[in-house]
Formats: sequence, C-alpha cells, structure tokens
Amino acid sequence: MTRISVKIDGVSYTDDVEPRLLLVHYLRDVVGKTGTPIGCDTTNCGACTVHMDGMSVKSCSVLAVQADGSEITTIEGIANGEWHPLQSAFREEHALQCGYCTPGMIMAAADLLRENPDPSEQEVRDGLEGNLCRCTGYQNIVRAVRRAAQSSQAVRSSPATQAGATS
Amino acid sequence: MSTDTQVQAAAEIGRARVRKEDTRLVTGQTTWTDNIQLPGMLHMAFARSPHAHARITRVDLSAARSMPGVVAAFSGADFAGEQGSLPCAWPVTEDTVVPDHPPMATDEVRYVGEAVACVVARNRYEAADAAAAIDVDYEPLPPVLDMRAALADDSPKVHDAGNKCFEWSLVNGDADAAFRDAPVVIERNYRQQRLIPTAMEPRAVVCAPSGDEFTIWSATQIPHIVRTMLALVTGISEQELRVIAPDVGGGFGSKLQVTAEEVLTLLAARKLHKPVKWTESRSEGNMAVHHGRDQWQRIRIAAERDGKLRGVSVDLLADMGAYLMIVTPGVPLLGAFMYGGIYKMDAYSFRCTGVFTTKMPTDAYRGAGRPEATFAIERVMDELAAELGMDPMELRQRNWIKHEEFPYTTSAGLTYDSGNYEAATARALEMFGYEELRKEQERRRANADQVQLGIGISTYTEMCGLAPSRILGSLRYAAGGWEHASVRMLATGKVEVVTGVSAHGQGHETAWSQIVADALGVPFEDIRILHGDTLVSPKGMDTYGSRSLTVGGVAVRRACDKVVEKAKVIASAMLEAPPEEIEFSGGTFRARGGSGASTTIQEIAFSAFHAHDLPDGVEPSLDADATFDPENFSYPHGTHLCATEVDTETGRVTIRSYVAVDDAGVVVNPLILEGQVHGGIAQGIGQALFEDAVYDDEGNLLTTTMADYLVPSAADLPSLATDYTQTPATSNPLGVKGIGEAGTIASTPAVVNSIVDALRPMGIRDITMPCTPQRVWRAIQAARGGNTGSAADNGSAADNGGDAR
Repeated sequence: MTRISVKIDGVSYTDDVEPRLLLVHYLRDVVGKTGTPIGCDTTNCGACTVHMDGMSVKSCSVLAVQADGSEITTIEGIANGEWHPLQSAFREEHALQCGYCTPGMIMAAADLLRENPDPSEQEVRDGLEGNLCRCTGYQNIVRAVRRAAQSSQAVRSSPATQAGATS
Repeated sequence: MSTDTQVQAAAEIGRARVRKEDTRLVTGQTTWTDNIQLPGMLHMAFARSPHAHARITRVDLSAARSMPGVVAAFSGADFAGEQGSLPCAWPVTEDTVVPDHPPMATDEVRYVGEAVACVVARNRYEAADAAAAIDVDYEPLPPVLDMRAALADDSPKVHDAGNKCFEWSLVNGDADAAFRDAPVVIERNYRQQRLIPTAMEPRAVVCAPSGDEFTIWSATQIPHIVRTMLALVTGISEQELRVIAPDVGGGFGSKLQVTAEEVLTLLAARKLHKPVKWTESRSEGNMAVHHGRDQWQRIRIAAERDGKLRGVSVDLLADMGAYLMIVTPGVPLLGAFMYGGIYKMDAYSFRCTGVFTTKMPTDAYRGAGRPEATFAIERVMDELAAELGMDPMELRQRNWIKHEEFPYTTSAGLTYDSGNYEAATARALEMFGYEELRKEQERRRANADQVQLGIGISTYTEMCGLAPSRILGSLRYAAGGWEHASVRMLATGKVEVVTGVSAHGQGHETAWSQIVADALGVPFEDIRILHGDTLVSPKGMDTYGSRSLTVGGVAVRRACDKVVEKAKVIASAMLEAPPEEIEFSGGTFRARGGSGASTTIQEIAFSAFHAHDLPDGVEPSLDADATFDPENFSYPHGTHLCATEVDTETGRVTIRSYVAVDDAGVVVNPLILEGQVHGGIAQGIGQALFEDAVYDDEGNLLTTTMADYLVPSAADLPSLATDYTQTPATSNPLGVKGIGEAGTIASTPAVVNSIVDALRPMGIRDITMPCTPQRVWRAIQAARGGNTGSAADNGSAADNGGDAR
C-alpha cells in the first residue's frame, strides 16, 4: 500500500492505495466520485476524462499513485456556483442522449477550449477524436462546444471580468 | 394573432424543449448500475472460453478459491440444478431448433467468451486476479465459422440437431410469373457484416438478496421482460423479484436481452446471501454482448424496360451464432416484409434460413432486420437504374406509392397507413442540390479526376412501433406488444406519470411531459415521469423497436384522457352544470353558457383528494390507468442523400455532404427527433465505412477493443443537414411514428450507393462493407486489371466479400 494525498474537486483526501489502483477506480470506488464513468479498458473512449492539474487525462490510464500531490477536477467539480458554460451548452444544444460519454466529453472539451478558445467545427471534431459517443453522431456536441466557446468569450470580454483576467 | 395561433403557440407538442434528464447527466449525479455500492457487496468476475468449440474436461477452482479476498468460486456444475436455460422468446417456426443454453457452460463451449466459471470476491481487483487463476482443461472440437459451409452435410455440428436452425418463407402473388419472361432481371448478393452494438455503458448487474426477495439493478432496456424471464429461468417466483433499470447508458438493442450474467449474479447472491455486483470490461463485452446483422442476402428484382417493377425475390442466410437468445431468430423476420421498400410490385417472395455457428449469438441491433432489408432493396434499385440507363431517383419515383394511394397494402402484405414520399424527396433534393452535384460528377468523370464524386440515394420506409400483440402472436413471438401508463394528479395539483417503457437516452421524461402538459393543461414543470423499476412501474413491455412513443406515449395520452373524463364529472358537480355542458381547455373546466363558472384541474385534484363532497359513485383521488395495443405497426419514411468523394489512388472515401429528410408523423419534440436522426445516421455510416466484427480462422474474435472495432469518432463523421416533413400516422390518436431506428436503416445504403456511383464507370458494381480504403482500392485495382494480391476480396464481383479485411 502507498499513501497518497490528492485534492479532488476542492477537497483533500489522503488514502493508502495499492500501487496498481487506477485513478478512475480510486475516484469511483474509494472517494465515491461516480460522476466519472468507465467506458472501455484500452484508453480509447474517453468517458473517464478528468483534469489533473488543469490538463485533461483519461483517468483509466493514470495510476492513483501518479496523482499523488496533484489536483483533480471531475465533472462533479467543474461548476463554480453556476453550471460551467459547457454544461449549459450541452443541455441547450441537446448534445447528449444517454449521457454516459458526457462527463468525459465535457472535461475534454474544457481542455480543448483552454488551448483553443475559439475552435472551428473541424478543430472541435479533431480535438475530441479521443472521446467516443454512440448516441449523438457528434453534431450537437460540436455545436455545444462552439456555443460554450462563444459564451465564454462573451464572459471574458465583459468589463466586469476583464480586470481579473489573467490569460 | 388569432385565437387558433395562440392555442398552437401554447401547445407543448412540437416544442423544442431542452431535456429534463440533462440536469443529472451533465453534472455527474447519475445512477449507472456500476455506481451502486451496497454494504457487504461482493464482486463477481468470469473465466471465459478461449475456444470457439470445445469439450470441457476439467474445471479446477482450488487455486482461485485460495486467493486473497475470494469468498466463493463456481463452475457450471455448481449451478447445474438451478440455472435453467436462457430464453428464446421467438422460435419463428414450429420446428425451430432451440438448443439448451445454460448461462454457464457445463460440458461444452460453443463460442469464444462463453462463461465457464466465476469467482466472487471482496473487490473487483481481487475478483479479476482470482478469475485469472481458474484452471480449465478443454478438448478442442472443430469450429463452425462460415454459415454457408455450415449447411453442408459434412460440416462439423454446433449442436447435435445440426446447423440449420429454421427455414421461414413468405410468398405473395405469383413470383414465378413476375420473373418469367421479365425484360430485366437483376440478381445481387450482399453481405451484411457482423456488428458489435457498442453502447457506451458496458453492462453491469447488482443483485441484493433480502430473505427470499431479490432486487436486481441491471443496465438493461427491458426491466419488465428481465423480471418475468428471470422467474421462468430460475424458478424464483416473479413476485419475489424486483428489477430496476437505473440510468442506462445506451442500448441500441444490445441491452434488449436476458443475459447469462443477470442470471448468474442473481444465483450467486442467492447462494451467498450477500449483494453481488458484476461489471463487464469493454474487451469482455465485445466478445459476450450479443452481436448484430451477419447475413448473406441474395436479392432478385424483375422489371419492365421502362423501369416498372414486377417483383422481388429474396433468399437470406442469417447467422444465429451458437445459441438463440431473446429474439435471435426473429431479427430477420423483422426485415422479411420490407424488401419491397416503398415500391409497388406484383409479387414478393422471401425465404430465410437461420444457421448456427460457433460465434457469439446475434440478436437485435438498431433496426434489427430492417437495415438489412433496406440496404438490399435500395442497393438493387441503383443496380437496376444502371442497367436501364435511368437516373436512380427517376426509377424510384416511377415505382413508389403515391401519397394519395395510402393506406396501401404492399406486395409483402403490410398496410402502410400514411406517407408522402414526394414531399420528403422534394425537400431533400432541394437541400442537397442534386442537379448541380450530378453536373459536377459529369465534369469530374470527363476530366478523369483522381477524386471522383458519387451520389447515393436511399428512399426508405420501415416497420416499427413494435406492438400489435395479435400480429406478433401470429409470427410466433411469445409476448405481447401493448404498453401501459398511469397518470396521477397529486393533492397539490402536480402530476406523476408512470410509463411502462424504459428509456436509456431517448428523453421520455421530457417528451412524455409535453404530451401530458397538453392533455391535462398543466405546466410542463409540474409533471414527473417515473419508469424503469418494476416496483414503481409494475406493467410494461419496455423500450426497443422504436415503440416507446407510438405505443407507450399513446398509452400516456389515453390515461390523461381518462383523468379528464373523471375530472369532468367532479367539475360538473362543482359547477352545477351537466357534464355535457362542461368544456375543458388549457387545464380549465368551464360551464358553457349560463354562469360561465370555471374551475381548474388542480382544484379538482384537491377536491378528489379530500373527498369531502364528491358526487355519489365517484371514487376519491384523480388518476387513471390505460393500456394501449395498436392495430398496426408504424411506418416512418424519408429520403437520404449522400455525396462522397472517392480517391481512386488511395481508396479513401470522404462524405462531402449528407441530407436527410425524415417523416415520423407528428413531431413531439424536434430537438429529440433531430438527435435520434443524427445518431442513427452515424451508426449507419459506421456499418458502411468502419465497423466489422472479425473472427479469425479458429473462431477467435479479433476486434475485442475499441482500437480494433472502429466506432466512428467526431473526426470520422460529416456534418449532417436534416429536416422533416410531418405526415400524421392514422394508426394512433397522436399521429406519431417511431424515429429511433430510421437513421440507421436509411443511411447505410445511401453511403454505399454513393461510393458505387462514384466508381461505376470503372465497371465496379459493389464494394463489400465496411468500405475501407483497402477494399475500395482493391476494387479499383481489380477493375483496372491490376493484381491486388487478393482477388477473392476485391469487392467488385457480385459474389464477393470474405470476412478478411
């Protein structure tokens, strides 16, 4: 067993874990963060995508011990009082049906928008290639990501937030 | 604004409501089955057969039992007295061979992935470790992998009764006469490759025992059917079983099943008196979730020189796999009536042979039988057009049923209730720019461009809304097709609706709320839809076959009508006017003329709750049940057009534009309709271009992961242009038709037709699916007379297409 300390969605946890324990199983089975689901066992589907120190990772391909000392954000912690613009945009654009891929899709899209705040349709499609959805055909996911990009830009460019913006 | 328009504007049906379901789904507050953790819960893992066909000679569980955390280990012999046989509810003929199908193999395994033993341990890691320590000895038997060879007399047998499962046929009209002396007869052989449905949520089961009672959570489409079947299979009394389908992450038919794992999780929980959970991995699921399609189709079509159709004749081989599951033999029958598509003809003949092989059983996958039928007729219509030198759209227009001819009884014997193929096609052609694309195609052909342009058409219809219990019975299906609903007005004026269908992404909580809001005149937000739990919703037939709205939604509407009827009696007493003088509109009951006094349905609900002054003979509470069993199927239709660019040097296919105009009757929620169409088309494109479940020569599944079995990603798919027309169904009071499978049914032939159209000047008349760059390139090389190294798989001959990629 190895002792790890991880901050998840703003709360600090310290646990003794098997070195082989996957981060996604740590999140789901130990911490109870079941908002992050598992869709495959070969890192192809992206359903388990979370942020580790601000970058998206597929939590099925990270060991819990590798997350020691890091900060994890899951779908359960992405809202900040209000829903994240991606959560609202996914709802408004009907970008989900069964919703199983949605947590990973939103977390991956958030990272995509961090790198590219105003992606074209093709850039969204290429950027989300590692996240599979079987219900939507992706069309409304693409729309939702671009809608969220626009609303985020609107927030960024408003006078109230410009003073505090750092990037 | 006129009064009529105001009423229309206020109507919920037709509004693009965002979904109620999404609040929990976008915030991670979901209850997937694997999320469930119960005190003392144990985890189950399986050892599965590595052989396609073998005799089990020894199962040694001793090493597994001594592993840390292992509570128990079981072989098939341990379940022998209680596991029964997995059910097939659709033996399609009197003499269909229904082999014994133990949930855990006892003597013989017949596909790679069949469960042979299991362990139950404290956590999922310990269970996986111990499952790997199970030692099984096998005596290999010859695999049976090609269903054509399987019918030969000297083929090894999957079961003692032989490899032929059933033969089923249908003849209408004089098929011999239609083909005899026909000026044009086209015959083609098409391969429907085996597909893996791939719902994003892998299957999972949790079973909690409590004395003699069991609660089973399962990632299923069919909690009601699972409950009944678990009772029949295990002998546990049905009233002791409660089945819950919590949030379910997609199904597409794959969760329309009663699985070995559901039975075995239940039996293990019963043996151990503890809650037991089983969750599959994707690699396990690709092997052991039922597969779809897998047919060889021979289709012949006879026509006059002017293109008028005389008849169609179909001979089908359908791979059952190793056993019959819930509706395995019924899948080809769901297509049996659809090989005539939307066209008029004099004669129709269909024959299907079901064949056993040593592969994972097949069963329903989105469209189930109808995508196969639609592919064959829409592909062969293009072939006929080419033979006649006619534009393929013109050929279709000459033969399709005209809108004024509905209801129309087809050559296959179905009565299509309504449709307007002209309107949907006109809209699609306009959106697509058909004439301009044909001109560009001519230019590229004339210039011998490296990248050629192809145009594919699919003017489809399908039969869905799986119901008419009498018709299903006449086809030897064991259950009915009715659907149930309860509508309850609560004391506070809010509404609870219980529906017997079981959503797993379809948005019933939203769409049903829209139906109820209109029927009762209550706010959309005041309505809660309950489903997916046999304790909460005791009666139902669940969700598959695009039936939820056309059967379940109509049951909801009928229950609402009964509530209004009862409320009217109470209103009559409250307003002191005879019932026939009470009008109901927008949630308000008003006495016609006289005082014009009024009361709301919420006030009546409260009155029915306190019951202080109800009229004589009126029972307290305002609620009603309804069960609906329609008399006909539902026949959505539409026109899909696909333009692809095919690189003749690399074989790469790029979809340049895709237009779909569908007609699903009255649209309850256009947002949900569009989403269903998008997703359906994506799956149909997946079959056309990417997906293929491949077994090797020994019967090992090669496509066990998402790296091998290619579910399309966002980068693989085009942007789709969609619209709809609305020709109301006449077979139900809402005028609605099913839309869940239509996109998948329509799109596959549209894509393949466009690829073949691009390459037809080279003499190519087919590419076997999936149309990978390699297959397309080989077909081009063969057409050019080059050596492709594999003539058998060049995709250009009529009888081509082995399973090798």
